[in-house]
Amino acid sequence: MSARIYYIARNTFREAVRDRVLYNLIAFALLLSGAAILVGQISIDIERLVAVDLGLSAVSLFGVVIAIFIGIALVSKEIEKRTLYTVLCRPVRRWEFILGKFCGLAGTLIVNTSFMAIGVFGALLYVAHKFGRPDAWIFVALYFIILEFLIICSLALLFSSFSSPLLSAVFTFSLFVIGSFADDLRGFARLTHGFTRWFALAAAYVVPNFSTLNVISRVAHEQPLGMHLIVQNTLYALFYTATVMSGAVLIFEHRNLK
Amino acid sequence: MAAIEILGLEKTYKVGFWHSRPKRALEPLHLSVEEGEIFGFLGPNGAGKTTTLKLLMGLVFPSAGTARILGREWTDPEVKQQIGFLPEQPYFYDYLTAHELLDYYGQLSGVTGAERKRRIPEVLSRVGLTDVKGVQLRKFSKGMLQRAGIAQAILHNPKLVFFDEPMSGLDPLGRREVRDLMEELKHEGKTVFFSTHILSDAETLCDRVAIIHKGVLRGVGAVEDLTSTVQGKIEVVWQGTRIPASIKALSSECHASGDRVRAVINESQQDVAIDALRRERMRLIAITPVRTSLETYFIEKLQQVQQPVEAAMRTNA
Repeated sequence: MSARIYYIARNTFREAVRDRVLYNLIAFALLLSGAAILVGQISIDIERLVAVDLGLSAVSLFGVVIAIFIGIALVSKEIEKRTLYTVLCRPVRRWEFILGKFCGLAGTLIVNTSFMAIGVFGALLYVAHKFGRPDAWIFVALYFIILEFLIICSLALLFSSFSSPLLSAVFTFSLFVIGSFADDLRGFARLTHGFTRWFALAAAYVVPNFSTLNVISRVAHEQPLGMHLIVQNTLYALFYTATVMSGAVLIFEHRNLK
Repeated sequence: MAAIEILGLEKTYKVGFWHSRPKRALEPLHLSVEEGEIFGFLGPNGAGKTTTLKLLMGLVFPSAGTARILGREWTDPEVKQQIGFLPEQPYFYDYLTAHELLDYYGQLSGVTGAERKRRIPEVLSRVGLTDVKGVQLRKFSKGMLQRAGIAQAILHNPKLVFFDEPMSGLDPLGRREVRDLMEELKHEGKTVFFSTHILSDAETLCDRVAIIHKGVLRGVGAVEDLTSTVQGKIEVVWQGTRIPASIKALSSECHASGDRVRAVINESQQDVAIDALRRERMRLIAITPVRTSLETYFIEKLQQVQQPVEAAMRTNA
C-alpha cells in the first residue's frame, strides 16, 4: 500500500521537475531574492531586515503560485487526459492515488523551498557578511511556509477533485487571500453582534488561518518565536490538511470518471 | 470457469445543469465470457461499449447490477492484479519515456524489480518499440502510443486483457501485428475481451462476439454460428474468363475478375454446374457454402432496433 503511494508521489515529483514552468517560477523567486540585495544596499541599517523580509516573502509567494498552479491540475488533468484510467485499472485504491499525488506535490514544494531558501541565505550573507543567532529563526519561518504550502496543496487537490482547473484556481486562491486575513476576520467578528458575528466567526474558523503561519515580519525584526507557536502551528496545519484531504478522498472515491 | 460474468450491470448518468435529467447509457447487461477465448464486443459509436469497460474497470460506478471477474467480485482490488486494460485512444504521461512508463505501471501492478527488468525489454520488443524506448512519449505518433498502450496492458502478464478499440489509429501493418498479438495471447491461455466497430477484425479473431446498440445487448454467440446461416447457396469458382451459358442461366450473381470467375448458385444445382465446367474443360477451383457475414448479421441487428422506432415515428406523424 505505502509503496504504491510512494510510486505515485515519485511520478508526480518527476512530472513537476520536468515541467519548464516550475523553473521559470523558481528563477523569478531567486531574482526577487537577488533584488533584496539591491534594496538592502539602499536601506541604511536595515539591510538584514529587507533581505529577510523580501526573500522570505518571495519564497512564500512563488511557492503559493506553484502549489496552486500544479495542485489544481493534479487530478483534473489526469481525468481530462485519461491517464488516470491506466492507473486505476491496476490494484491502486483511489485514496492511494490522491494521497500519492499530495505527497508528490508536497515533496516538490519542499525541494523548491530548499532551493529558494539557499537564495535567501545567500542574499542575507551578502548584505550582512555573517550569520547571527536570530537568523536561525529563518528556518522556523521557512518551516511555517512549508506548512502553509501543505494546506494550499490539500485545498487545490480538494477543488480539483470535483471542479475544473480554472474554478479550482479561483477557489484556492480566494481561500488563500481570505485565510491570510483570518486574524482580521476574527477581530471583525468580535466587533459585531448577532448573525453577522456568528457568520464572521464561523468563516474565520473554517477558512485556513494563514496569518498565524506568517512570521516573516517577526523573523525579519529578529523577534524570537516560542516553542508553543511551533507546536500549535504544526498541529493546526496537519489537522487542517488531514481534514481537507479526507474531503478530497471522499469526493474522489464516489466520482464517475466519464 | 467464466473469466467475466456480468450480472445486470446498468448505468444511468445524470445530465443537465442541475444533474436532474437521467440519461441511460447501459440497460441491464447480462454477459458471460469464458476463460481462454477472444471475445469481441461490437457496436457502433456510442453503443455502450466503453461504458461497459469503464464499469468493469471501476472507473464509473453502476446504477445497479454486479459482475465477477476471474471468479471474484469485480471491485476486489486483487482482481486488478490479474487484468490488463487498454483504454480507447490512450494518452499517457508524455514526459516519460516508454521504458519509464512501463516501469511505473509495473511498480503499480506489484511487479518486482527483477521481473520488471526482464519483462520491460521483452514487452517493448513484442510491440515493436525497442528502438524508441528512451524517447519521451510526447514525441510518439498515434500508432506508437497505441503500441505503448498495449505494452502496458500486458506488462504484468495478466490472465485477462481488456482492449478498447485496439486497432484504432494503427496502419494496416500495425493492425495485423495487433491481431497476431491477440492470437498469441489466446495461445498463452489468456482471455481477451475487446471492443471494436471494425467487424472484419472481429470476424477474423473472435471465438464469440456480442453486439450492443443503444445500451442494449442485441445478440451473443460464436462467430461461426452467427455467420453460418447457409441460405442454401454455394459459391463456385473456376479458372477462366468465360461464363458457360448453362451456369449463367442458373446464377443470379456471376463475376469475372482477372482469370477467375465466381458464381453463386443454388446448392441443389451443384452437379449441373460441375458438369457444365467439365464439358467446357474449365478448371474448377473451389465450391464453398455461402455464409452471411458478420457484417450482415450486425446490420440486421441494428435494423431490428431502428425499425420499431421508425414505425413509431410514422404512427406519430
